[in-house]
Amino acid sequence: MEYKNGKKPNNGDWAVEANGLVKVFGDNKAVDGVNLNVKAGSIYGVLGPNGAGKTTTIRMLATLLRPDAGSARIFGHDVQKESQIVRQLIGVTGQYASVDESLSATENLIIFSRLLGLGRAEARKKAADLLEEFGLTEAAKRPLKNFSGGMRRRLDLAASLIAQPPLIFLDEPTTGLDPRTRAQMWDTIRRLVSTGSTVLLTTQYLDEADQLADRIAVIDRGHVVAEGTVDELKQSVGTSSLQLRVLDPSDIEMARQTVEHVLGVQATLSSEAAKITAPMANADLVTDLLIALREKGITLSEVSVQKPTLDEVFLTITGHGVEEKAKETGTETKRAEAVNV
Amino acid sequence: MSSSVKTGHLKNHTSFIQSLRHSLTMAYRGILKIRRTPEQLFDVTLQPIIFTLMFTYIFGGAISGDVQSYLPVIIPGILVQTVITTSIVTGVQLREDMDKGVFDRFKSLPIARIAPLAGALLADTIRYTIATVLTFSMGFIMGYRPDGGIGSVVLAALLVIFVSWAMSWIFAFFGVISRTASSVQGVSMLVLFPLTFMSNAFVPADTMPNWLQWFVNINPVSHVVSAVRELTNSGTVGSDMVWSLVGAIAIVAVFAPITVRAYMRRT
Repeated sequence: MEYKNGKKPNNGDWAVEANGLVKVFGDNKAVDGVNLNVKAGSIYGVLGPNGAGKTTTIRMLATLLRPDAGSARIFGHDVQKESQIVRQLIGVTGQYASVDESLSATENLIIFSRLLGLGRAEARKKAADLLEEFGLTEAAKRPLKNFSGGMRRRLDLAASLIAQPPLIFLDEPTTGLDPRTRAQMWDTIRRLVSTGSTVLLTTQYLDEADQLADRIAVIDRGHVVAEGTVDELKQSVGTSSLQLRVLDPSDIEMARQTVEHVLGVQATLSSEAAKITAPMANADLVTDLLIALREKGITLSEVSVQKPTLDEVFLTITGHGVEEKAKETGTETKRAEAVNV
Repeated sequence: MSSSVKTGHLKNHTSFIQSLRHSLTMAYRGILKIRRTPEQLFDVTLQPIIFTLMFTYIFGGAISGDVQSYLPVIIPGILVQTVITTSIVTGVQLREDMDKGVFDRFKSLPIARIAPLAGALLADTIRYTIATVLTFSMGFIMGYRPDGGIGSVVLAALLVIFVSWAMSWIFAFFGVISRTASSVQGVSMLVLFPLTFMSNAFVPADTMPNWLQWFVNINPVSHVVSAVRELTNSGTVGSDMVWSLVGAIAIVAVFAPITVRAYMRRT
């Protein structure tokens, strides 16, 4: 949307441009007209439940799968016609670690390095450097059979970085990892972008998209049902809520009445924490509320504004019983993208 | 922002030298795998020993009067049969290998499409070499003394290894198009048994019915067996050698491209 006034971006600015990608497996339309535009140097999240078509989309963009319809370009190069160029621009880390189980970590990295054109000594050095960087040096000689899930993922990511590709696809990079390893993975991904790489990641974890992605596409049953920044998506779901905590719990009933009176909405109580929650449609009224509370001598211990979580976004857009809403958001997305393209 | 990604210098095709280098690296991977799991060499070590012993003592007296005069007939025959049989395993292992995640990475790398296949097939020539050496050694232990001399035996061994490598493209094709490893095994056996048994590998063809003789005489396996016999027993090279090489090259010319195409289309 930054390119509104007819100003066409050159291809260097778009790491990924996908138009109407379709992939059919038998009767199942796994991907049904997906449009994606990813700016170079950003982290783009593709969010969706299992079976939504995330992996299929990535596989088409990574030249692993031929689209049945539509087209996609990576840094301006067609994934079908110029697939060998595209492969020189991407690194792919799959959902299931794509490394050789029967070999050691060092052997894996050396073979991939050699395939990418590095000399014997160079490949050995690259392997050692990457193992060091990803904290795998101690396990370097062990066969992968004894690797934990986290170690395998790290090795997989290391293998994707050998050629320092400008675009990296991460298909569910942290699925099945424990929280600590996940946080490490997030740090690594952020570091990648700070060195100028573009990252397109899929995830089914909302907090992951929230934490990492600059923009998000929500995908469900092969369609992009919403697209935008994290904040835009959250706003599309509804209003923020105001949360107040009173210092003296005995004030809470009076405080609630004041809130309902001034804001003109229904407030909810959680007595054990002495907390009041109310929808905040008009932020300006909060000033009046705070003054009113001061006049009544109610002391607050905490005031906060809670934006809708991505969980709510996700449920609203993809969940059952809200089909109509999903369609609305879908057309909005298309309009937004028409501007974008 | 890294709008500085310059892609103008990149080429959309892989040169022959690069393809060769990629294939050799993939072969290196195959060799590392064999070293890591030596148990997958059971078939190429045990089969030559057991088959050579078994067939020689079962057929020897009946066909050539005694075991000793049957050896120059059976050793080249069993050699060709054994080594070609081990080339089936190439297809089976390729299928198992391709189901693993690492092949996704190979596909996403800017390498020659043929490299993962060619490399695997090249690494398997080690298996053929082991089977060849063991068969000749068994023959030698049982009293076989090839008249052609050591040079001819080495040449014959190279011929068998080359032909088996060529044949392995057929099984690699089955490996690529099949869904499971066991179906590769099944289909390959169906092709292999008529080819190796309806040949002159074990018995002279003169006692067979005419239609069968006709097949035995055009069967490429018969030509390979005859070429090996000529080499090992008299040290000469004849038309059978030429036909064997022509046949092997023809197989590669047909099956290598369709295998690579099938490999690229799958998943």
